[in-house]
Amino acid sequence: MGFEFVEDGVTSDVTLRAWGPDLGALFTAAADATVQAMVRSLDSIEPALHKQASVKAEALDLLLLRFLEELIFWKDASRLLLRATAVRVRPSAGGYAAEAELCGEPIDASKHDLEADVKGVTLHGLRVEPTNTGWVAEVTLDV
Amino acid sequence: MHEQLGPRHATARFRVDGAPGAAVCLMPPPPGIRRVSEAVWEVPTSFQAGMRVPIRVFATDALLQSMDDAVFRQAANVATLPGIVAASHVMPDAHWGYGFPIGGVAAMDPRSGVISPGGIGFDINCGMRLVLTRLTLEEVRPKLRELVDRLYDLVPAGVGSRGFLTLSAKEFAEVLEQGAGWCVRRGLGNDDDLDHTEERGCIAGADPETISPRAVERGHHQLGTLGSGNHYLEIQVARPENVVDPTIAARLGITLPNQIAVMFHCGSRGFGHQVASDYLQAFLRAMKPKFGLETVDRELACAPFSSSEGQSYFAAMKCAANVSFANRQVILHRIREVFGAVLGRPASELGMRTVYDVAHNTAKLETHVVDGKRRELLVHRKGATRAFGPGAPGLPRGYADIGQPVIIGGSMETGSYLLTGLSSGATTFFSTAHGSGRTMSRTKAKKSFRGRDLQHGMESRGIYVRTASYSGLAEEAGAAYKDIDAVVAATELAGLSHRVARFTPIGNVKG
Repeated sequence: MGFEFVEDGVTSDVTLRAWGPDLGALFTAAADATVQAMVRSLDSIEPALHKQASVKAEALDLLLLRFLEELIFWKDASRLLLRATAVRVRPSAGGYAAEAELCGEPIDASKHDLEADVKGVTLHGLRVEPTNTGWVAEVTLDV
Repeated sequence: MHEQLGPRHATARFRVDGAPGAAVCLMPPPPGIRRVSEAVWEVPTSFQAGMRVPIRVFATDALLQSMDDAVFRQAANVATLPGIVAASHVMPDAHWGYGFPIGGVAAMDPRSGVISPGGIGFDINCGMRLVLTRLTLEEVRPKLRELVDRLYDLVPAGVGSRGFLTLSAKEFAEVLEQGAGWCVRRGLGNDDDLDHTEERGCIAGADPETISPRAVERGHHQLGTLGSGNHYLEIQVARPENVVDPTIAARLGITLPNQIAVMFHCGSRGFGHQVASDYLQAFLRAMKPKFGLETVDRELACAPFSSSEGQSYFAAMKCAANVSFANRQVILHRIREVFGAVLGRPASELGMRTVYDVAHNTAKLETHVVDGKRRELLVHRKGATRAFGPGAPGLPRGYADIGQPVIIGGSMETGSYLLTGLSSGATTFFSTAHGSGRTMSRTKAKKSFRGRDLQHGMESRGIYVRTASYSGLAEEAGAAYKDIDAVVAATELAGLSHRVARFTPIGNVKG
């Protein structure tokens, strides 16, 4: 499980590549990449409070998009930096569902070394695909 | 109706060489491109299957060579959209975007054509405001650090920033409908600001019923915030040698040597992004089953403009546009407070007046002449500035004979321009460039430059910078952008806009 930022991605935004042995790990890695686009150290986020995430979509790539949008929503609506844990991805009527626990704390500029303000998850080049060892995703974030 | 809007093309990656800032496009211009005039090019419909109109590129030879291949592919995809009229237009600062290239303009027949969030951008009504003062560099230089520091404190920027206004749900709904006018009625500006804002800061027809609760939750406390990315607030100076057209400059208020201006760039923040995301996904779901439409790129998801889905998005987009006008109005209020406090005189005595506020991410119904006939068209401008020429309806009274002011922001290290629209701009439905245009990805820029080094380097050149994020600062290095002088010169060569003055930054607040 891991992620990297793609150097030759979209010029004006941030493209991430994430991977994991299963879909839960993949979604966790993509969520961490999304949060790390906003804060330099993921370890600086203490799991002081918890939220639940539950999303559905007709396809896996759209499910990942909606899942990552949850993190952006909480960042804007309640000024929370949240990491995803215990992510479960499963088939659901008409597509797929993902549930997770989101843990984190309010943004504190004196503690969190803040980077880009991620404002959206785009459909540009969005993909979630199986590999020989698990799953890989590529996502471009609008910043 | 079941339409296939052209074949899917693998997007060629723009490759750059190893030297920071020395971006070199290795892709040749598209086959069949022909020169129409010195800075106008045309790519025929044979370039890609399904194109209904040609591509028109507005660029010098050098800018054309530096455009990434994806610009032409995306412009070709736009040319396949139903109802597109005349051409898919590409501005000199164009670069790879989502669906449309950034710097893309397309006019649609409102009866037979579509509306696409990808033709407007996620940051609906991202735009520029230029404010002049009656101060000179000599007066401001001793107070510069204090001004920038106070602006940094009072105009929040960066991740999760919130404004000083706490709005009830009812008040926020009023902002959606009333835009900058709501702010002026609350004492956060004056009628003269509205007179010098596109659409007087309020696009009629905004409907809060078309907005999701999530968009409201994301946006209702963000009025008066800059955001991040390429958004900024700058204190600038108009040096005498950079006033290109002194007559029009004087008409717009530039009358003093080394006159100080404030320019800022921001949009509708999380609210606009949520509106765009909501409707992009709704259009994706409805496109094929309901309208028989397919697009080659999901970011071009669209709906017939006349459909209920299309009309709902149009009304929601207007809400976001109005939030953006209000956001820039509240920011101006804070700027006036800061200048008044630091310089010890009320802002009114400092002559702080809005020259113009103009959007560069919108779709608007406008009347244009096509093949000798006047037609109402839905003009998508994504990363493109409206640039009405002299005599156009809706211009501020004092600008009717000189054309609409156009504000084109450069990188934080170089400079920005004030221009005016021209009658010859009819060829692009009166649209021009909006900025420098990036040539280097943010990720690469962050690896190539260090924010603190940039800050020190800029300070040694007389530009004092405060930033919410040093890595964000690195991403905005001047070398990550095209040459603003070349972009602006190309707009003039192409007859899209006329240079009035160039502004040099001396202070910068960066998101």
